[in-house]
Amino acid sequence: MPRGAGVQDGGDGWMVDLSVEIGELTLQNPITPASGSFSWEYDEFIDLNELGGLVAKTICREPRDGNPTPRMAETEAGIIQSIGLPGKGIDYFLENIVPEYAKFDPPLIVSCSSEDPDEFALLASELSVPDVDVVECNISCPTRNTSGGNFALSDEHTGEVVSKLRAATDKPLWAKLSPNAGDIVSIARAAEEAGADALCIANTFLGLKIRTDNFRPAIGNKYGGMVSPALKPIVLRMVYQCAKEVKIPIIGIGGVTKAEDVVEYMLAGASAVGIGYAAFRNPTALTSIIRDLEVWCDNRGIKRVSELIGAIKDEDMEMDTLTAASQGV
Amino acid sequence: MSGHLVENNYTTGAIRAMELDPFPNKPAGEFICNVISNDWVNEEYKLVVLGAHKKALTAVAGQFFHLLCPTPDGAEVWMRRPMSVYRVDQSGGRIEFLYKSEGRGTRGIATLKSGDEFNIAGPLGVGFWLEPDWKNIVVLGRGVGLATLAPLSQMAFEAGVNVTALLSARNRDVVMSRDLFESYNADVIELIDTDGSSDVSNVKNIIEGLIKDQKADAFFTCGSNRLLNLLKDQGRKYGIPGQVAMEQLMVCGVGACYVCVRTFNVNNERVLRRVCREGPVFKMEETVGW
Ligand SMILES: Cc1cc2nc3c(=O)[nH]c(=O)nc-3n(C[C@H](O)[C@H](O)[C@H](O)COP(=O)(O)OP(=O)(O)OC[C@H]3O[C@@H](n4cnc5c(N)ncnc54)[C@H](O)[C@@H]3O)c2cc1C
Ligand SMILES: Cc1cc2nc3c(=O)[nH]c(=O)nc-3n(C[C@H](O)[C@H](O)[C@H](O)COP(=O)(O)O)c2cc1C
Ligand code: FES
Repeated sequence: MPRGAGVQDGGDGWMVDLSVEIGELTLQNPITPASGSFSWEYDEFIDLNELGGLVAKTICREPRDGNPTPRMAETEAGIIQSIGLPGKGIDYFLENIVPEYAKFDPPLIVSCSSEDPDEFALLASELSVPDVDVVECNISCPTRNTSGGNFALSDEHTGEVVSKLRAATDKPLWAKLSPNAGDIVSIARAAEEAGADALCIANTFLGLKIRTDNFRPAIGNKYGGMVSPALKPIVLRMVYQCAKEVKIPIIGIGGVTKAEDVVEYMLAGASAVGIGYAAFRNPTALTSIIRDLEVWCDNRGIKRVSELIGAIKDEDMEMDTLTAASQGV
Repeated sequence: MSGHLVENNYTTGAIRAMELDPFPNKPAGEFICNVISNDWVNEEYKLVVLGAHKKALTAVAGQFFHLLCPTPDGAEVWMRRPMSVYRVDQSGGRIEFLYKSEGRGTRGIATLKSGDEFNIAGPLGVGFWLEPDWKNIVVLGRGVGLATLAPLSQMAFEAGVNVTALLSARNRDVVMSRDLFESYNADVIELIDTDGSSDVSNVKNIIEGLIKDQKADAFFTCGSNRLLNLLKDQGRKYGIPGQVAMEQLMVCGVGACYVCVRTFNVNNERVLRRVCREGPVFKMEETVGW
């Protein structure tokens, strides 16, 4: 099938410019995978060169087995999962995983994590190799202990760890925030002040499922991160609130399953999106959403997708109820 | 396919049987199949026959598809379900899955009717393989494990390898896949709970007999820990290699999420491997019983 019904510009390109800028970095489109739900193995299904960026699973310095199985359970409206950041450590990652991603063109965003700020900074500096384009700090793994690791629950901890990371790397530094924080706007501000170049909003919501057949928690780690398109309005609200308060770009992550979701996140102020669940449901979703976004923009005469960033029409909200209710649906 | 945009819906690049493949060089795809039939084969299992895109037909025995199950009850089924290919009919453009309808996903599959559409993703994972020096293999399976093992009979037939199929079941009515094995010239032995022939001691005797008759160059199994351990013991004792198809809950099915890990014993070290990526077929020697 030809690439959509939109208008071509005479060459082999399109009328719609999908590129977006995240600080100094230009992405060819705003579609990136979300860390941990993506890997280069998706190359089995789709052409990864079409993506805006490639995002590696959160890497820790030392090898880790991860959490006990089962690592996932279905719920009424999505899944909870707790994988526990398994991996073979930094050396293996640099030697074996980075080269797998380096076979593809889009920039490589490497997520990393530690419970200790100094080890975290060391990890960030070790990851700052030529084939890595962005260091994303996962300061929000929901199933980590609040006293260590889940820095993004407190503005103070966030500021502290992001400052250390900032000093440790010259790469663009993106901070992934937690939707479990009481006041995510204050965390966003703390990350910006500490030198983050962009914010990823957000990680997963801490959840619990109990089996009624044996009264035990349904997943091995007891608590799990909830993942569902049902959470999109909540994360969208967070992106909107944060975008009003910080100047650095935002990557909206949570519940994107279609082009209109990307549009919504951009209208709320995000410059790009991260996608996890949608690729589990539809392994071709990432590239399909890019195509659909192109068609969506083209159908409306939008020449540059970046025009959408922050373009929500939220002034004029002052209409009185009787006037509003006198209008049609 | 996108191109025309279905607004406000989950986005998918899944393709129908005759549609152009947007990624012809990729080994796996997302396919919208049409259901040809979906009938009971006995009181417990159903067989769904699908018309599929030709890329789906490249699946080999032991590989699986990740199935986007329709809802059994109006509410959403959030995760795909892994299912090994039961049969691929190249000339008819068909692919078949044999399944037990239990939880919400498989109950959803059971609702499919001829003419419905069904989204499947794959083929995925590492299938069974035959080493050149294997002339006679033993396939031992129970219950739904036979759905995974059955296509091995065709693979072996095409490679000129003789198959002895030991089919274990609760009673004679639910023995599965006998016809399929026999259509590829396999020797079939039924092992039944109700007459005691499925007892470990009897199965062990049969296997030792096959070994003595030089009919066991390799073992293949799936679905039962008891049978796996039996074959591992025999394999160790007589130096016979084997393969086993493993199961685990899956999310992505391609190797990204690490939900599907299981423990293996490799060079006396316990390691985790992804069933969807390093498997689902593993060397029997490396598996850990459960
Ligand atoms: C590689 C592979 C091949 C398989 N081939 C077949 C086959 O040919 N025929 C067949 O009937 N079954 C097969 N299975 C098992 C099949 O995946 C499960 O029966 C099915 O997922 C159960 O879904 P449910 O909605 O009925 O059950 P539920 O209990 O509602 O499922 C809840 C969750 O647990 C998962 N789950 C439950 N049981 C299993 C299991 N045994 N293995 C993996 N995940 C499970 C489900 O996928 C789902 O995510 C295979 C499994 C794997 C891993
Ligand atoms: C199986 C799984 C593993 C994940 N692992 C990570 C991880 O390692 N690091 C991280 O920052 N986020 C991780 N996440 C969270 C996702 O990156 C993302 O924030 C979340 O899934 C919300 O996006 P979605 O609704 O599009 O799935 C994981 C999510 C899932 C489902
Ligand atoms: S199911 Fe995701 S890695 Fe196997």
